[in-house]
Amino acid sequence: MPDSAARLGFMLNGQMVEVGSAPIARLSAVLRDELGLTGTKVGCDAGDCGACTVLLDGEPVCSCLIAVGQVRGRTVTSIEGLPDASPSAASLQAAFLKHGAAQCGICTPGMLSAAAALLDRQAAPSEARVMDAIGGVLCRCTGYRKIVDAILDVGGGPSCAVDASPLAGRAVGARIERLDGRRKVDGSEIFGADAVPGDALSVRAIRSPHHRARFHFGDIDGFVRRHPGIARVFTADDIPGDNCFGVIGPFADQPVFAVGEARFRGEAVALVAGDAAVLAALDPADFPVTWEELPPLIEMDDALAETAPRLHDGRPGNILTRGRVARGDLDVGFAAAAVVVEGLFETGFVEHAYIEPEAGFARRVGDRIEIQACTQAPYMDRDDIARILGLPALAVRIIPTAVGGGFGSKLDLSIQPFIALAAWHLGRPARMVYSRTESIMTTTKRHPARMRVRIGADQDGRLTAMDFAGDFNTGAYASWGPTVANRVPVHASGPYFIPAYRATTRAVHTNLVPAGAFRGFGVPQAAIAQEQLFDELADRLGIDRLDFRLRNVLTVGVPTVTGQVFDAGVGIRACLEALRPRRDAARAEVRAFNAAQTGSLRRGIGFAGMWYGCGNTSLPNPSTMRVGLRADGRIILHQGAVDIGQGSNTVIPQICADALGAPLDLFDFVSGDTDLTPDCGKTSASRQTFVSGKAAYLAGQALRRAILREANAGEDATLTFADGGVTVEERGHRRALPLKELTPDARGYVLAAEATFDPPTSPLDENGQGEPYAVFGYGAHLAEIEVDLALGTVKVLKLTAAHDVGRAINPTLLEGQIEGGAAQGLGLALMEEFFPGRGENLHDYLIPTVGDMPPVTSILIEDAAPIGPFGAKGIGEQALIPTAPAILNAIYDATGARIRRAPATPDRVRAAIRALEIREVKTRDDTHA
Amino acid sequence: MYFRPTTIDEAIGALASQGGRILAGGTDFFATQGDRPVLGPVLDISAIDALKGIRVEADQIRIGACATWSEVIAADLPPAFDALKAAAAEVGGWQIQNLGTIAGNLCNASPAADGVPPLLALDAAIELAGPAGTRRLPLDQFILGPRRTALAPGEMVVAILVPRRFEDARSHFMKLGGRRYLVISIVMVAAQVALDLQGRVAGARVAVGSCSAVACRLPALERALLGVAAGAGLAGLVRTEHLAPLRPIDDVRATALYRLEAAQTLIGRALDACLSEPAHA
Ligand SMILES: Cc1cc2nc3c(=O)[nH]c(=O)nc-3n(C[C@@H](O)[C@@H](O)[C@H](O)COP(=O)(O)OP(=O)(O)OC[C@H]3O[C@@H](n4cnc5c(N)ncnc54)[C@H](O)[C@@H]3O)c2cc1C
Ligand code: FES
Ligand code: FES
Repeated sequence: MPDSAARLGFMLNGQMVEVGSAPIARLSAVLRDELGLTGTKVGCDAGDCGACTVLLDGEPVCSCLIAVGQVRGRTVTSIEGLPDASPSAASLQAAFLKHGAAQCGICTPGMLSAAAALLDRQAAPSEARVMDAIGGVLCRCTGYRKIVDAILDVGGGPSCAVDASPLAGRAVGARIERLDGRRKVDGSEIFGADAVPGDALSVRAIRSPHHRARFHFGDIDGFVRRHPGIARVFTADDIPGDNCFGVIGPFADQPVFAVGEARFRGEAVALVAGDAAVLAALDPADFPVTWEELPPLIEMDDALAETAPRLHDGRPGNILTRGRVARGDLDVGFAAAAVVVEGLFETGFVEHAYIEPEAGFARRVGDRIEIQACTQAPYMDRDDIARILGLPALAVRIIPTAVGGGFGSKLDLSIQPFIALAAWHLGRPARMVYSRTESIMTTTKRHPARMRVRIGADQDGRLTAMDFAGDFNTGAYASWGPTVANRVPVHASGPYFIPAYRATTRAVHTNLVPAGAFRGFGVPQAAIAQEQLFDELADRLGIDRLDFRLRNVLTVGVPTVTGQVFDAGVGIRACLEALRPRRDAARAEVRAFNAAQTGSLRRGIGFAGMWYGCGNTSLPNPSTMRVGLRADGRIILHQGAVDIGQGSNTVIPQICADALGAPLDLFDFVSGDTDLTPDCGKTSASRQTFVSGKAAYLAGQALRRAILREANAGEDATLTFADGGVTVEERGHRRALPLKELTPDARGYVLAAEATFDPPTSPLDENGQGEPYAVFGYGAHLAEIEVDLALGTVKVLKLTAAHDVGRAINPTLLEGQIEGGAAQGLGLALMEEFFPGRGENLHDYLIPTVGDMPPVTSILIEDAAPIGPFGAKGIGEQALIPTAPAILNAIYDATGARIRRAPATPDRVRAAIRALEIREVKTRDDTHA
Repeated sequence: MYFRPTTIDEAIGALASQGGRILAGGTDFFATQGDRPVLGPVLDISAIDALKGIRVEADQIRIGACATWSEVIAADLPPAFDALKAAAAEVGGWQIQNLGTIAGNLCNASPAADGVPPLLALDAAIELAGPAGTRRLPLDQFILGPRRTALAPGEMVVAILVPRRFEDARSHFMKLGGRRYLVISIVMVAAQVALDLQGRVAGARVAVGSCSAVACRLPALERALLGVAAGAGLAGLVRTEHLAPLRPIDDVRATALYRLEAAQTLIGRALDACLSEPAHA
């Protein structure tokens, strides 16, 4: 029975709709593209992420796995209609806001749909039922616990504290809901793929199927002629400016299109632009290019071999760059050691796996180009696009959309050069949305590391020397390889005093996807080695593992490995001490559990410390904030720090409000746009709260001073912002500032201020000595785990995370960062490894689901950094670093097996346990013999 | 071209005249499609009433080709189906269970298909309909290899048939994956044990998946268990030789050695779980 009806009807959000899409079209695509309901998100088109979850006749389903023909005559509810269709939806939305259960918000519509379906069936579900219900929706930001708490709250479980509309001067420290939260829970937030001009063309990249290949184009003109609807093909020849970009100017080496030879699998060689439908139907195999596969360099050792071909001129030995920090005399240090431990530690590629693949569009406006896309670094994008198009920087405008997770990878260009080039040449808007495969195949990863580490300590448990040598596989192009190479030597000591220290690193080129920035820039890898060896040292010395660390922690006045000395704000001791009560209780529980075990389960605990410098390493990284007062008494903050879910849209206003002394409710925001907001740098290096926050603090104070000046009042006067005006009170005199009589500036502000903050640092010398960061954040995690000895499976039962955040500007958002960071740390420890060329999807590349995340207790330590805004430090990367070493230490504690190759997958853990068992049997046999 | 018939005859007719790919729950169909357009005719069988539901008949239980994992979980079925229900509850996540069908899982013929071991342990057969009428094949003759089935051109699966011979046996399913939810099995095991009145094993059926090109039963183990007094547990009776039919491979998820070892552990645990757990909690 042929499906003859041209239009196909179904009930959508309470109304009958008819669509003209082909019946085999995915429901998700029809909802978004034909019906314009972009609240339904697409993260994978394969059922793996659940972002596209809608209700079909009340049951949650992945709308990317249903043909729209299959919903004919049925009832579909998307996030837009959820509040009307589901009695629990509105309270769920409120609970998500209250608990901070939506960070970037890309998973939120799917989470809410699944949760509503559950609560509509079962008003008070158990935690296990809640987990079953949302187990099919991935979240990369939150670590899930706040989502579970929010759902349980609606189901009658415990609520949580929230500070609604704090008074003037009370915003800092308040648990306010995120200011951009509403649109994340109602599905109206605009992400990279959500806004498309009606006349936009699509573009599609032609990519190398090989790790390394020479290629030749065939008859491209003929190809265009044979394919009506294809407007044009672009190659390197069509780039008006430089065919080169890169996040660190002097190292920039990545072409938009490879020329002659592709250096990694997935590298673009050409771009096809045309009608969306034609491009969707295009088989890339039809494109006229022939590939000649060349032997690739995959392993670092191959790339380092003397005979290896060079990926780039001027980089002998395929070494992109080296890093080094050295202090004291290693020989003397090791000679003074009573115990020396050493080991080789390795980690693999780790994928960011944000749920939002890269997306956006570009349009040409006269002689300017505008790009609206998800990004972590609008001004860097602007400058690189200008270079590629051969335009002045001011001719490029970057308008960041909401970002559905970034974690470092959206610092680099992805779609931007392609859409800019097509829009520039064709004079029509051009759009691109990466498929999940394209996103995983081509965007940056965490560097695989191979680290040889030796550490010595004396009889009293004082560290005497540490020697660290790390190689980091940086892939085919530089990206953030230099940053990793430089940050690791500075941080590899951990937050401890080590008199003799040497750390050297190399970033090594291979024919693999570029490795770049990922939460921690190599420091999480180094911590895996250092913190595990610390446990070995403590054990060998017979010193309690916690006490061992406390004997060596950095404190005020004690030099770091770069010789930097802080006179305040070194909170690592407090973090470690904060773990002690739970550590002691957990240790007793673990002993009791293991003693009672007859089967193969064993429990263990482990912990690890961490430090992390906020901002760029010894390089300027200023942020500028502008704040204006309008005649109607509203305050406008030009907030250009991109919120990738971490919360800068909320935290920075909180800081500015208190610096100015005005209630947060009076603020409106101009958000990131290189035409409208001053440069706030990139959202990375845990710098936005600290650096942009400080700029907002200074701008708020400057505006306050401007108001006082206008009122002829002194510094001690009090300002009251209310009823559309400002009242100044000084020594008993009150007067209202006549805002309406002041002349507004071009932006409409009667008074305005702008302030810049650049954290003071000093350059590092050839031994890496100097002051790389103005502030470090500190932290320590405690992991309690259970191992199945027979299967090698590891379940994390509980995490306790103590972080010195300087000042907790918004505790709810901080906890969210900690839980989300810990979830990524858990993934790094136990399951995440990307094998280039294999598994470019979210079912082979595993990230934690709700069922893998234990409860997290966050302990916020406030050891103020005098230079930070209200004393605040960063948290974004800090939160991830100690989790993996804590878990790996706990595996040892439970089993006696050391895992030196992360992730500790069941087969690796089992192999390590098996090796121990064999050794035990052998020793037993030997002693009996 | 997209057809959405409402009867089996129409579907067979359409297959004969147009051919085309069958679309049921779509969870494999769309997941493997990537960003390529769907070309060629598609036969959507999801509107055929005769393929829906699970029916208990006189001597067999009939799982319609369009019955989903969620329907299996919700159905009132005898204890021998506990393993299948447990497998269903471990498939993907709730959204996948609501769409995916058991029949589709078998037709897709993945070595890691979670539906296969429990159905092997249940001695399930497949009912096929085609231009030449209907025929029945035991499950182990239906799945021939990875992504390969005995479906002839123009044929479709109509139902999965499970005999009621041993429906009171206890059964258990264990899945090992790299994470909780949404995970492809590294190893999975279905076990089914019936005891006689003296507490001796009267019948045992064990099937293992993800350790060979097609999931398979372990006949030597099943024989070894027959007549054994179950009081002291069965796990200790599982020997490496019993695993001879397994041919695991190394892949990104685990090594072959690990798979074998884990299979042995899980078989033992699944067997003992059949003894210790009440059929219906
Ligand atoms: C995110 C995700 C997670 C998953 N997790 C698991 C898991 O944990 N364990 C597991 O085993 N599976 C898992 N799967 C796969 C599982 O969902 C499928 O195997 C499902 O059961 C197939 O049923 P379907 O109705 O969706 O089949 P479809 O996708 O519609 O079809 C699958 C194949 O079978 C054919 N077919 C379907 N029905 C018939 C029929 N009646 N006659 C002839 N041919 C037919 C189709 O032509 C197609 O080739 C997962 C899938 C996804 C997307
Ligand atoms: S987009 Fe549908 S599950 Fe990911
Ligand atoms: S909030 Fe869940 S993916 Fe970002």
